[in-house]
Amino acid sequence: MIYGSATVFTLLLVVTLSIKGSTGLQWIVSGLTVGSIYALVAMGFSVIYSSTRVINFAQGEFSMLGGMLMYTFASKAGVPVPLAFILSVIIVTLLGAGFERLAVHPLRYSSVITVIIVTIGFSIFLRAVAKWIWGSDPVKIASFSGDKPIRFLGAALVPQSFWVFGFTALAVLLVFLFFNRTIVGKGMTAAAANPDAASLVGISTSTSSLIAWTIAAALGAAAGIIIAPIKFAAYSVGTMLGLKGFAAAILGGLGSAPGAVVGGLILGVLETIAAGVFPSGYKDAVAFLILILVLLAWPQGLLGRRQDVMA
Amino acid sequence: MRKRFGMGASIVVLALFVALSITTFGCGTKVQKPKDFYKIGAVLSTSGPAAPLGQPEQRSLALLEEKINSEGGIDGVKVKFIIEDDESDPAKATVAINKLIKQENVVAVIGSSTTGATLAMVPVTSKEMVTLICCAAGTKITDPVNEWVFRTPPTDSMAIAKVISYLEDVLEVSKIAILHDANAFGTGGADELQAKAPDHDIEVVAREQYGSTDTDMTAQLTKIQQTPAQAVVVWGTNPGPASIAKNMQQLGMTIPYIGSHGIANKKFIELGGSAADGVAFPAGKLLFPSSIATGSDWRNAVDEFSAAYKEKYEMDIDTFAAHGWDAGLIITDALKRSGNDPIKLRDEIEKTKDFVAVDGIYTYSPTDHDGLNVDDLLMIKIANGAWTEVK
Repeated sequence: MIYGSATVFTLLLVVTLSIKGSTGLQWIVSGLTVGSIYALVAMGFSVIYSSTRVINFAQGEFSMLGGMLMYTFASKAGVPVPLAFILSVIIVTLLGAGFERLAVHPLRYSSVITVIIVTIGFSIFLRAVAKWIWGSDPVKIASFSGDKPIRFLGAALVPQSFWVFGFTALAVLLVFLFFNRTIVGKGMTAAAANPDAASLVGISTSTSSLIAWTIAAALGAAAGIIIAPIKFAAYSVGTMLGLKGFAAAILGGLGSAPGAVVGGLILGVLETIAAGVFPSGYKDAVAFLILILVLLAWPQGLLGRRQDVMA
Repeated sequence: MRKRFGMGASIVVLALFVALSITTFGCGTKVQKPKDFYKIGAVLSTSGPAAPLGQPEQRSLALLEEKINSEGGIDGVKVKFIIEDDESDPAKATVAINKLIKQENVVAVIGSSTTGATLAMVPVTSKEMVTLICCAAGTKITDPVNEWVFRTPPTDSMAIAKVISYLEDVLEVSKIAILHDANAFGTGGADELQAKAPDHDIEVVAREQYGSTDTDMTAQLTKIQQTPAQAVVVWGTNPGPASIAKNMQQLGMTIPYIGSHGIANKKFIELGGSAADGVAFPAGKLLFPSSIATGSDWRNAVDEFSAAYKEKYEMDIDTFAAHGWDAGLIITDALKRSGNDPIKLRDEIEKTKDFVAVDGIYTYSPTDHDGLNVDDLLMIKIANGAWTEVK
């Protein structure tokens, strides 16, 4: 089924390219940039979900905070970009880990749905605090390496897009390696699949949850920072990022890091092609209609495992 | 409320009410003053997404209250603005205006900041027969004219008229593309532009839209690139139009970019950077005081307001501060003639003529509750990160 959907998607790209030529290529590269953003947020959802079965609705707010902190450090305080990046990620990561210890951990014997509702509350809280600190106007963050567009076969890309692509690739690789090649990562997957059995063999489900939240917060913050020069940062951007990221995670298969990336890229490209081909007002409707159709056919998502749905 | 009392009690209440209305409102030609102070209500979006509009309006009213009262009030009676927050929510605006009219017995209401919240309050003000002066620009609010509803900001129609004359007389183009925000402001502006443009021999060859939170509008722009459009009109508020300016730069599009009055702020230049250069948009002349003749009453009003606002809040005025200030000024001016009678007050507001305020010079009439006209606007073009007047 993954090959089937990959074929359909490739076919769509080829048709777009052959009919629209360089305009089609422009749509695809723009879509891939937007899609990478969705993919990064989707990975945050997946990491927490695959370790704890919790859907963290504050994931988009981690990205928002990353962007706003970057603004404070890099644009306001004049801290060099790499240092500002690291500082912002560290602060958001500590916040994510702190939230896990203070709000999620005490609820470890409650149902998953309780924790999910707490994350919704947390997202509203973070949004309100951000608005209080930074105000409601969007702010600008300078691109990492200038704004001079790069032309490629008639399509134009801003240099920041390459940062987004590169970072997404790096992040998915690291997350994939962590969960599949390290003992801690494998232990976390086990703890999620069967908490009781995992505890019996000495895996701490509590530590596993903390690590997952830490990774997700760091991923979210970094995503927010890296996209801020393209999309502007504002207290309100987290909601949209969270929603689209969640849709991408579902599309790709919740709990699968490669799935999150595939879901994000497909959603981004579909949206842009839809805006180009159909009257642009139907852009979101078309993209989400396809999402619904895909999920009707494969409820576990493109790269999700079937038992994730059964669990 | 009366239902909670028994029959006897309600008669007593009714009698009291009649007695009260005789003493307070009375008849005859003399202006009736309230015992303590004139209560003017205001429903503003001081929190929620429209807070950037509501907050300066609230600040202006606080400043105006201070100014009038320190100068002895209206014929010796002090003024009090009672401000409610509608949280940018039309439903909450309805609750707030009911509270102001029924519990606070305000003589008139200012608000709200957005077209949606204002439209929600319109039925209440007509039913309760209390004047509403809104700070929102949506054409629907005063078209058709509602007896009880006035406004201070220039309307979206005036901004469109200004844009059309710019396209026709300055750019001399005959084919345009419209790219607008999918929200009420963007759609309303695009509808109006599409309806009016043919009268000026301007053909709309493409109409595209984007979502307020979208990050990338290159798909829409590539579609516009493939049409013979000689200019693109972008109708939306920050940050969308800034993203579009950047996307146009990215795609190497060089056709003129005309924005809405929604980007008449320095934020647009900050967000757009070098991509903002060359963008033109309509704006109230108050934002560009040097476009108003030095020494004129209007210029003096703008300068005085600007100085007082800066002194109290250490902030520059913006267009929303002016809308709130003017609404307060128009009501307090009419109160001098009407006294504390909501119905007379409405009539006096409608008689407002050549009244110099900050947004412009207001003249209301039974057929025009907008007050301003196209001459109160100008076109601004961004050059090297600064505003310049288009003559």
